[in-house]
Amino acid sequence: MLKRKHYLALGAVTLVTALVLSLPSRAVSHLKLGIGGLFLPLFGAANAARQLPDRAAYALLTRSELLKEIETLQNENQRLKVQNSQAAATARENDQLRALVGWQRQQPWKLKLASVVLRDPANWWRTIQIDLGKRDGLVENLPVLTSDGLVGRVSSVGYTRSQVVLIGDPRCRVSARVVNPAHDMGVISPGEPLENSLVNLVYLSGNANLKSGQEVVTSGEGGIFPAGIPIGLIAENARPVESGISAETRVKLSANLGALDQVWVLFQ
Amino acid sequence: MILILAAAFLAVFAEAAFQLPRHLFGAQVDLLPALMIYAALNTNVATVSLLAVAGGLWFDALSANPLGVSILPLFAVGFPICLRRDLILRELPFAQIVLGAAASAAVPVLGVLLLLTGGQEPLLGWGSLWQWLVMIAGGAAATPVIFALFDWCHHSLGYQPQTETSFRPDREIRRGRK
Repeated sequence: MLKRKHYLALGAVTLVTALVLSLPSRAVSHLKLGIGGLFLPLFGAANAARQLPDRAAYALLTRSELLKEIETLQNENQRLKVQNSQAAATARENDQLRALVGWQRQQPWKLKLASVVLRDPANWWRTIQIDLGKRDGLVENLPVLTSDGLVGRVSSVGYTRSQVVLIGDPRCRVSARVVNPAHDMGVISPGEPLENSLVNLVYLSGNANLKSGQEVVTSGEGGIFPAGIPIGLIAENARPVESGISAETRVKLSANLGALDQVWVLFQ
Repeated sequence: MILILAAAFLAVFAEAAFQLPRHLFGAQVDLLPALMIYAALNTNVATVSLLAVAGGLWFDALSANPLGVSILPLFAVGFPICLRRDLILRELPFAQIVLGAAASAAVPVLGVLLLLTGGQEPLLGWGSLWQWLVMIAGGAAATPVIFALFDWCHHSLGYQPQTETSFRPDREIRRGRK
């Protein structure tokens, strides 16, 4: 038998839920970031705890191992400097040719490094939170990537942290192009919940001739992702759908979404 | 009540910050249903309501869920158990495991149903069935652990019940010569 206090509790919970669910999206976004801010002190503690084994390992390294690592890094630095000067020369040549043909000069990408502070606790979304926000100049829909390839896009921005919706989430669809002679175009859409590294490439033309191992990059269509960011590799041959009108296949992502520690936010 | 809310806060943070279950089993385990079972069996309806509201809001704040969508599933599990808790053998680990499994099964299903009703498109597929089973198993295993932890906390932090001695000075038999 329900008592008065039970009715009161039932009414209060229903009222709070209805109130929060009916708030305008802007207010919800602010409220969400405000409530999420309560966890900020714990983020720092968790990061410190994660770095502790690394620091302990560094402390245990011998002097000879450290010297060897320094030498390797110096060699790699030299190699990257040479590659950078070659790339700069190529970029200059590209600019001159663009000027001759009359094409618009392509702006170089501006990147900002961000640390991943947490992942979505729900199993039915693929999002992460990063430690950059409005104070760092972030706005919604900026592309996020690693050195391996595309990761996703910024979906909401707080003052000190932002939410990134990962590629493979239903809310992150990407217009993609296959690097093959036909330049087949399609849309990256979610895969299976358990397969973190595989997504579907859908809306390909019915006669698309795809082979596994071909590279897939962003097409630049859609206005969010610039063209040419690596997404992944074709994992299997295209299969026809809708009586052969279109085709779809699966793509193995280049970026390892299951082990993201640091990502780059791309400012265009 | 404060202890339960603090545990819920830490549980939500741990689910977002530590990814071991996701790496091992492909799914993150939700500890809030197990906490709700403890609250429903051992506290009052006010604590159950507060846990549903606070836990739901904290979970949704760190997730891509619309804010407030996790409140009702938690409350829908905790409220009936709180009403009928006199009929449940709450001290038995088997009862705790069964209730934890049932709650961990019901909360995500109700959450996803609410999301679909609200026009959202959560990532679902055949793999979600496996994730659901992992959540049920994780919740079932966590529930007796949470009961044991809270019992230990109450034992360590609470006042111990004073044991009464059978000695009564007015009934003392005085022996010896005067």
